[in-house]
Amino acid sequence: MKLSVSHHTTYRYDSPIRVAVQSLRITPSVFDGQSILDWEIAVEGGQKGAGFRDGAGDWIESWSLRGPADHVTVTVNGTVETTDLSGLLRGHREAVNPGVYLRDTPATRADAALSALARAVEATEPLARAHALSAAVADAIAYRPGATEAHTTAAEALALGEGVCQDHAHALIGAARVLGLPARYASGYLFASEDGSPHEAAHAWAEIRIEGLGWVGFDPANRCCPDDRYVRVGSGYDAHDAAPIRGIARGLGVERLEVTVAVQQAQQ
Amino acid sequence: MTVSYFNEMYDGGAVRDLYAALEGWTRSMPAELRQMKQAEAEDLFRRIGITFAVYGEGGDPDRLIPFDMLPRVFSQTEWRRLERGIKQRARALNAFLVDVYGRGEIIRAGRIPAHLVYGNEAYEKAVTGFMPPKGVYSHVVGIDLVRTGPEDFFVLEDNCRTPSGVSYMLENREIMMRMFPALFRENRIEPVEAYPELLRRTLASVAPARCDGEPTVVILTPGHFNSAYYEHSFLADLMGVELVEGPDLFVESGLVWMRTTEGPKRVDVIYRRIDDAFLDPLCFRPESMLGVPGLMDVYRAGGVAICSAPGAGVADDKAVYTYVPEMIRFYLGEEPILQNVPTWQCARPDDRGHVLDNLGDLVVKEVHGSGGYGMLVGPKSTKAQIAAFADQIRENPGNYIAQPTLALSTCPSFVAEGVAPRHVDLRPYCLVGEKIELVPGGLTRVALTEGSLVVNSSQGGGVKDTWVLAE
Repeated sequence: MKLSVSHHTTYRYDSPIRVAVQSLRITPSVFDGQSILDWEIAVEGGQKGAGFRDGAGDWIESWSLRGPADHVTVTVNGTVETTDLSGLLRGHREAVNPGVYLRDTPATRADAALSALARAVEATEPLARAHALSAAVADAIAYRPGATEAHTTAAEALALGEGVCQDHAHALIGAARVLGLPARYASGYLFASEDGSPHEAAHAWAEIRIEGLGWVGFDPANRCCPDDRYVRVGSGYDAHDAAPIRGIARGLGVERLEVTVAVQQAQQ
Repeated sequence: MTVSYFNEMYDGGAVRDLYAALEGWTRSMPAELRQMKQAEAEDLFRRIGITFAVYGEGGDPDRLIPFDMLPRVFSQTEWRRLERGIKQRARALNAFLVDVYGRGEIIRAGRIPAHLVYGNEAYEKAVTGFMPPKGVYSHVVGIDLVRTGPEDFFVLEDNCRTPSGVSYMLENREIMMRMFPALFRENRIEPVEAYPELLRRTLASVAPARCDGEPTVVILTPGHFNSAYYEHSFLADLMGVELVEGPDLFVESGLVWMRTTEGPKRVDVIYRRIDDAFLDPLCFRPESMLGVPGLMDVYRAGGVAICSAPGAGVADDKAVYTYVPEMIRFYLGEEPILQNVPTWQCARPDDRGHVLDNLGDLVVKEVHGSGGYGMLVGPKSTKAQIAAFADQIRENPGNYIAQPTLALSTCPSFVAEGVAPRHVDLRPYCLVGEKIELVPGGLTRVALTEGSLVVNSSQGGGVKDTWVLAE
C-alpha cells in the first residue's frame, strides 16, 4: 500500500522563547515491509543539525532554533510503500541486543495484577503465547480516548480497565517482560480505513522478540499484528524512550501543544 | 587469630633497602620539627583549597583530608610490573566496552553472562553500535590496588567513568617538594607532574575524525557545589583548557559550541566530570539542568568526543569486575599480570551460602556502592551488625558481593606517638587515547586509625606522596 503522511506539531508559548533544541525520531524505519518514497522534515525557522541512524535502527535528526520565537512548528510530509508481513520486522538492521529490552521502566513495570494477567496465559509455544498476551491485554483494557494521560503507567491503565494505544502497548510490554520475553514500544502511523476500527493516525504498538522469528509487532488496540496499514517509525523501552519528538525550549513561556496527523492512501 | 601484615618499610627488624634513606630521614627529624612541618602542610593544603572528599565519598566537603608526610616508595622493578598489569587491564576494559556495544563476542562465547551486561543499569542502549573515536571508551582508568606481600598485588576495583583524586597525587608531590627539597635532591624520584599535559594530549588524540587542526578540549563540571570542583578547575588550569558548565555550551548545526567573549567557539573534546544521566536532557534524565541539550545527537553523529564515553560504566560494575581476568584472556590472549580479589556473588545460591556462613571473616560490599558506605567488614563487626547485614543480603542478594578480608600491607606513617605502620592502598591513573600512558605514581590512601583497613577519607583515611625510585 502507498501511504502518505502529513504530521504537524506546533508548540506555542505565551511569552517568547530564547532557544529550542529538538531531537526528532520521526523518519519511517526501513525493512522488508516498508520503504520510503519521499520524506521531508522541516522545523520552521530552525537549523538542521546532526543526523544519524542509532543502534536500534531509528533515524534521528537534530534541529535547533534561535529565538525569540513564540512557537516552534515541526512539519513532516512523506510517502511510504508498505507490505503486509503479518507483523514481522524482517530485514530491519539494528545493533541492540534483545536482552536489553528485558529491562523495566516506570511506565511498563508490572504490578501484581499485570504479572497475574501474564502468568494466566496458557499457551506455551512462543508465538501463540505472544498472541494470547496481546488478546489478554485487549480484553483487560477497553479502548477509550481521554481515559488516561501521557504519564499513566501500564499498571494504572490495567487497574482502570481503560486506555488508549499507548496504554495497551505499555501493558503488553510489561506482561511480556514478566514472561522473560524481550519487548519494546513501537511508534508510528496508522491508516484507518472506514471499517469502524479506532481512528488513531499517530499510533503505537508493542514488539515482542520471538525466537526464530525476530521482532514481531502486536497491536492490542486493534487486536491484530501490524500490516500494510501501519507505518513504523521508531522504538524504545516505552513511550517516553520512543518519543518521536524530544525537545527543550529555554524561556519563561508556558507551552501549549497542537498536533494534527493525517494518513491517507496515496494516489496511484 | 593473628594476621601478619606485609610491612613495606621493615623486613622484621631490618629496614628494606628501598626505604633506607627515608628511615634515616624520619629518625633525624625531631618531633618538634615534624609537628611544625605537619602544620605547615595542612596550612598549604587549606590555602590552595584542596579540601574535597576523595572519590565523591560525601562527608563534609570543607574538611581537610589528613596528609601523611611519610612517602610510600616503590622500586623501579615493582613499578614496571604494576605498570604492565595496569596497562593490560585498561586495554582489556576498553576492548570489553567496544565489544559489548558492538557484536558482543565475549557474551556469544559464553565467557560472561548476557544479563550482567545487557541487564546492567550502566549499559546505555543509546550508544549501541556506535564506535567512539579511536575505539576508546574509558580514557582515564583508575585502578585501585592493594598489596599483601612483596610480590602480591590485588585489584580491588576498576574505575572507568571519571575517577577522581588525581589532584591529590599532584598536590601531595608539590607540597613535599616545597617543604623538603633536600629529599628530592638526595633521592632519584620519578616525576609525576607530566600528568596534566599527558591527559591533555590523550584527550586531544581522540578528537573526532572531522576535526581539523588543533582540537579544542574542555572540562565539563557540574559546578562549584560539586565536591570535586577543586580538581576540575585545578586540572583545567594545568592543562590550559577551559572549564565549562552545561549552560556554557550549546548545540547547533551538528556541532557543540562554547560561548566565549569573542563569540562561539567549536568544541571537539569534552572531558566530562558529570555522570551519564545528566549529560543531555534530550537523551537521558529529562529534568537535568547540568548537561547540554542535544549533545548526545552530536556525539553519535561523530561531531564531538565525550570522555569517558557514555556507557563506560558497564565495565566497572562490581559484578562485572569478577570477569576482568576473563576479559584479559579473551581479548588480549594473555594471562592477567595483576590478580583480582576472589569474589563471591551473593546472587549465586552457592556463593550466597558460603558468604552467609562466613560473614565474620569477609568484607561484603554493595554492587553499586562506593566510598566505604553500605559495607560490612566482618572481622571488625559485632554479632548484631553481622546478623542485621545477613538479613539485608537475604532480602536482596543480587545487590551484594563478598571478598576475603585482605591483609593489606602497611607503610610507616607519622602518628601522634611517632612513626607507626598503617594500612594503605593505591590508585594509579592510566590514560588511554591513541597511546596508553601511566605516570610513575598514583594516589596512596592510608587508614590512619590504628588497625583500620578502611582507607576511605570518609572513614578516617588520609593521603601520602607515592614515590617510584629511578634505577
